[in-house]
Amino acid sequence: MKPAPFEYHDPRSIDEAVALLARHGADAKVLAGGQSLIPLLAFRLARPAVIVDINRIPGLDYVRNEHEGLAIGALARQRQLERWALDGSPFLCTALRHVGHAAIRTRGTIAGSIAHADPAAELPALLLCLDGSVMARSSSGQREIPARELFVSHLTTAVRADELITEVRLPGLPDGAGWGFLEVARRHGDFALVGVAAVVALRNGRIAQARVALFGCGAAPVRATPAEQALAGQAPTRGTFAAAAREAAGTLTPDADLHASAEYRRSVAHTLMVRALAAASERARGPG
Amino acid sequence: MTHRTVRLHVNGREYERTVEVRKTLADLLREDLDLTGTHLGCEHGVCGACTVLLDGAPARACLMLAVQADGARLLTVEGLADGERLHPLQEAFWTHHGLQCGYCTPGILLTAKAFLDEHPRPTRAEIREMLAGNPSVAAPAISSSSMRS
Ligand SMILES: Cc1cc2nc3c(=O)[nH]c(=O)nc-3n(C[C@H](O)[C@H](O)[C@H](O)COP(=O)(O)OP(=O)(O)OC[C@H]3O[C@@H](n4cnc5c(N)ncnc54)[C@H](O)[C@@H]3O)c2cc1C
Ligand code: FES
Repeated sequence: MKPAPFEYHDPRSIDEAVALLARHGADAKVLAGGQSLIPLLAFRLARPAVIVDINRIPGLDYVRNEHEGLAIGALARQRQLERWALDGSPFLCTALRHVGHAAIRTRGTIAGSIAHADPAAELPALLLCLDGSVMARSSSGQREIPARELFVSHLTTAVRADELITEVRLPGLPDGAGWGFLEVARRHGDFALVGVAAVVALRNGRIAQARVALFGCGAAPVRATPAEQALAGQAPTRGTFAAAAREAAGTLTPDADLHASAEYRRSVAHTLMVRALAAASERARGPG
Repeated sequence: MTHRTVRLHVNGREYERTVEVRKTLADLLREDLDLTGTHLGCEHGVCGACTVLLDGAPARACLMLAVQADGARLLTVEGLADGERLHPLQEAFWTHHGLQCGYCTPGILLTAKAFLDEHPRPTRAEIREMLAGNPSVAAPAISSSSMRS
């Protein structure tokens, strides 16, 4: 239960950090909050030769309103965003409260959770549901990776080994839209067995737009795109939501493990999707 | 690059030690500073026994490298009591039998301290959510003692 030896660097700038990543490539690992990486080191499931600890880079712990949403620096902690979201961003706050426990969120970063890409994690699903993106920097430049292209598979993203996520961009809810966020876990703070993030906007009593991201249901979080398209233009009734959820759950290929069977996960995904859509349309209708 | 010197404040005292960079903060506290009140259960963040306050906020000492704590202010269970006078939480745990084997108690005390600093009048549901991060066979005793005191 002790990490294998590694070479430790704590660069003081992004340039210095990406130069280290360029030099060491896949032998290096970025260390942010350490709440996923240090357990991997302790179990020796990861044995990087080089650790690039970004915690001493000044100016990366910001959360600000920008690009019609939030710009979140790579060192903004989950707890920090949770506090920020207490005032007027209940969707974010609810999702964050499901991430581990307060002591985990003290250190864990938003960017780290997204980079880690656990298929049962809340924040990747939130990013996908809100059509967010990340800014990735390497020694050869910077690019923006949209959430839809980011999550490739279990613990695998489109971010290259020589790239550092410097910022997470989280757009706000569409005008007048409501949200729903639900998950089933064994205990509060555990990774979800299954979870759903949903957004619904209404126009003249009909669904103008619906978005659903499912997590814990496969190798990566997924958008229920065909169901979203089928929902557009419909009346926001329980029956409409149930039909969409049936369609979405039927296409899922969840893993079976010791926590739950694939069939159970599919069934929970269906139930949670109906409830999350209903909650979202209720909030879209209500005073806020 | 395999060793570094770290300087940190623990329970109001300043320490300086040279440690291997792969050493965790929990091992630094226990092995180098002789502060063995910070217990290790799982060593991967799940049990909460090693929880300390890092600049006032609860954090797992097993999930930080000692070098990362350079310059930090820490509070461990040894720093809770004021000399012979127990901290009110320790007093309450004692009075209401809020522990069984006591192994995970240090982490629970610090988690509870940070929680109460932020929520002076918590609800039952908030207490349950707080304790979920420190699974313990004594949890029912703890939640009932914290609700009574
Ligand atoms: C007991 C416990 C319970 C938890 N429960 C949950 C839960 O319910 N839901 C949940 O979602 N998570 C949970 N987590 C994980 C937690 O949210 C982590 O904080 C998160 O997964 C990783 O963020 P981090 O900042 O700690 O990253 P690290 O652990 O430092 O890094 C994780 C990975 O991301 C890479 N990385 C980090 N930052 C960057 C960056 N800026 N650019 C490129 N790569 C980067 C690292 O190289 C590493 O591969 C739990 C953890 C613990 C210990
Ligand atoms: S020993 Fe650190 S959480 Fe279990």
